[in-house]
Amino acid sequence: MTANPTSALHLDEPYARPILIDGDRDLASVTRRVCGVVEAPKPPRAWYIAITITSAMTVMLFAMVAYLIVTGVGVWGNNSPAFWGWDIVNFVFWVGIAHAGTLISAILFLLRQKWRTSINRAAEAMTLFAVCCAGLYPSIHVGRVWLAYWLFPVPNQMQMWPNFRSPLLWDVFAVSTYAIVSLLFWYMGLVPDLATLRDRATTKLRKGLYGFFALGWCGSARHWQRYERAYLILAALATPLVLSVHSVVSFDFAVSQVPGWHTTIFPPYFVAGAIFSGFGMVVTTMVPARELFGLKELVTLKHLENMNKVILATGSMVGLAYATEFFIAWYGGNPYERFVFLNRALGPYWWAYWLMVFCNVVAPQFLWFKKIRTSLWTMFVISIFVNIGMWLERFVIVVTSLTRDYLPTSWGYFKPTAVDVCTFAGTFGLFLTLFLLFCRFLPMVAIAEVKTVLPAAHPHGGHGSKEGAHHG
Amino acid sequence: MVESVAIQNASERPLHGVLAEFDDVDSISAAAREVRDAGYTSFDVYSPFPIHGIERHMGLRPTKLPWIVLVCGLSGTSLALFFQWWTNAVDYPFTISGKPLFGIPANIPVTFEFTVLLSAFAAFFGMLILNRLPEHHRPVFESSRFRRATDDGFFLAIEADDPQFDATKTRALLQKLSRHPVELYHDSGQSAALPVWIRSALVAAGALALLPLAAVVWARASDTTRPPIHIVQDMDSQQRFRAQVANQVFADGRAMRPDSIGTVAWGELRTDATVASGKSGDAFLDTIPVPVTDAVIARGRERFAVYCTPCHGQSGYGDGLVALRAAELQEQTWVQPSSLHDPLVRTRTVGQIFDTIRNGVRTMPAYGRQMSAEDSWAITAYVRALQRSQNATINDVPAAERAKLGVQ
Repeated sequence: MTANPTSALHLDEPYARPILIDGDRDLASVTRRVCGVVEAPKPPRAWYIAITITSAMTVMLFAMVAYLIVTGVGVWGNNSPAFWGWDIVNFVFWVGIAHAGTLISAILFLLRQKWRTSINRAAEAMTLFAVCCAGLYPSIHVGRVWLAYWLFPVPNQMQMWPNFRSPLLWDVFAVSTYAIVSLLFWYMGLVPDLATLRDRATTKLRKGLYGFFALGWCGSARHWQRYERAYLILAALATPLVLSVHSVVSFDFAVSQVPGWHTTIFPPYFVAGAIFSGFGMVVTTMVPARELFGLKELVTLKHLENMNKVILATGSMVGLAYATEFFIAWYGGNPYERFVFLNRALGPYWWAYWLMVFCNVVAPQFLWFKKIRTSLWTMFVISIFVNIGMWLERFVIVVTSLTRDYLPTSWGYFKPTAVDVCTFAGTFGLFLTLFLLFCRFLPMVAIAEVKTVLPAAHPHGGHGSKEGAHHG
Repeated sequence: MVESVAIQNASERPLHGVLAEFDDVDSISAAAREVRDAGYTSFDVYSPFPIHGIERHMGLRPTKLPWIVLVCGLSGTSLALFFQWWTNAVDYPFTISGKPLFGIPANIPVTFEFTVLLSAFAAFFGMLILNRLPEHHRPVFESSRFRRATDDGFFLAIEADDPQFDATKTRALLQKLSRHPVELYHDSGQSAALPVWIRSALVAAGALALLPLAAVVWARASDTTRPPIHIVQDMDSQQRFRAQVANQVFADGRAMRPDSIGTVAWGELRTDATVASGKSGDAFLDTIPVPVTDAVIARGRERFAVYCTPCHGQSGYGDGLVALRAAELQEQTWVQPSSLHDPLVRTRTVGQIFDTIRNGVRTMPAYGRQMSAEDSWAITAYVRALQRSQNATINDVPAAERAKLGVQ
């Protein structure tokens, strides 16, 4: 490719191939740029500062969990009538965030949205780390953590089996399947890039470690053929999976008979919210990460803008869902349902409700403006709003319905304890620590995949390559 | 010096193939076509990213991976459905809200997730197995140039096991296609097998990992009279006061708290002391203090059948099933239940019989907590009727009825 690849492409090809990365676009420079982050003798100072803070928060998380296990769930604010509190709010919050990665990897892959190649690796990693944080909550909130294996159909001395007709059991299967499939998907994508790191390694340790996990990948065309087929199949499997996971999470609520929970809109509403929150978190982490590690030319403003468009679309869907819920509560004529929705907006948790509406429905609307959509600061601020808003949405759903249901004598007001707050802060520490380690030790951008969207990856004319040309 | 030794060693090993380097997708695609057309089958193209369409240039057949995934996915579906049916409807059936033990809609989420899980395993591990990965030592890795195959290099290797292979001719063919010098490469100097110490360590670790499983299997298969092992004891020993123990917190030193003075439990309000106790002052009543009607006698008969017949028997002779069984087992501590037709019992006042029902006697438990005073009076009335029926004379039968009995 010559000085002006854009015009060359537009002239040469019947349909234009968009330019997906900036700067040098030859194969070696992509390798250099991504591997450079991992191979630099020292990461930027900001990385050290960040990981010091986040690992301290992680230690706090472990301390809180240990305290909880030793003492009991009473250290949390959960109590009659709100037996679900921040544990379930945070579980749903983190599972929701975990949806962006697989959505970018699988759904955008099937839709041939090639711009995903620059961000899918980091988003998939975030998925895994968010699932770690999410999976922590159900396992510790059972109280007797050492009996958490009762969740699984394991033959035991009680000669009992779990109830397969319960949404809570579906949840166990959905979240653990999601975690495993996301891990396979992420690792499979990593294998060729680990081979790149292995082949560039200068020390024995790096060569050994990267080499071990690269499985001896050599870039053989026979291997690539099966690899690509496997990747396509995994994407096709992960797409319904990602939609099923948050649907199943919503069943935890929708299958019960609590007013405000027992509604059929929950599965699509939860899935839209999950994608919304997941993209919010990807923007929140990618904006600083691409600055910090000098990947601005691979993760371009165009990528961020596309993600902001997804945030705008899903934020509007979430707004529509809020309006629909209100309408159906009125139209359905059930007095308990009507009360619950009025109570959400005007009851003791009015502040949470209206803050949620502002963060999730109003704030993303600013993304209609291209200037806001393409400015790093405004998009970062809006993504923070999205994170806060989606947490509040789960809080509003869980807490308002539980604290005021059918029997006014058993109404209450939920108050979190300091342990609740520290545990939640600690999960952010865990999430960010894992993400920072990932940025430092693994390729943040899918090297082999980005190469496929470079001009060099496409056969163009030359001696008798017509067979390849129409294909490319 | 060291380098030359290595090269010498390499050339002593059997030849593995010929390796050529190319600059871009176009030239390697063209080369792959030439090699295919020259009749070679045992050759491979190496590139840092998948080259679309190269499989046609190389003459590769589509992979059978999708079929493996399909089979595994369908196995997942049927396995999940079967397992849910077997566990919840057959091995451990339990009813939840009267719902069917096995119903497709409620069992779909787990079935779906398990189908996806097995399919994903098939796609990932199937890909690895078909590609024979992991394989850490490959002959091509011996070439120092080959490192660029994961960066920006494109390589084509024809292997020596190809029937068409001829070191000179094959090399010439590739040299014609490539701008770069073509090189011969030899079998890998390193063995693909793991070092002995790693293998022994793996075997040892595997054997140790089986020990807990073996212990579980042994425990499951053997009988013991000892209680089951509970690693965490909190279900067995809870931090609470048991009944009848001391507790210094309270002035009276008892852990059990007595009811506050004047407390009346549900259903225990006694408005008529005579009806409730069967006594008038300290003396037992000799007439039933409630109206005795047909309905009361019928109620008494029904309650008698529930509470009294197991020991006293249907007719009240002390020959209930429990009493018969106890006699059969020759239980040492068993006290034979009284016959209600014993002269001693027959001469008792109704107040005494009522009191026995309410408060028990010898090994007979007190039924006062299990039935209302009215029901106890109904049973008393029925017992009186029973006693009379078993000790009747012809004079008790009304004159008009005697003819029917055939006696005078």
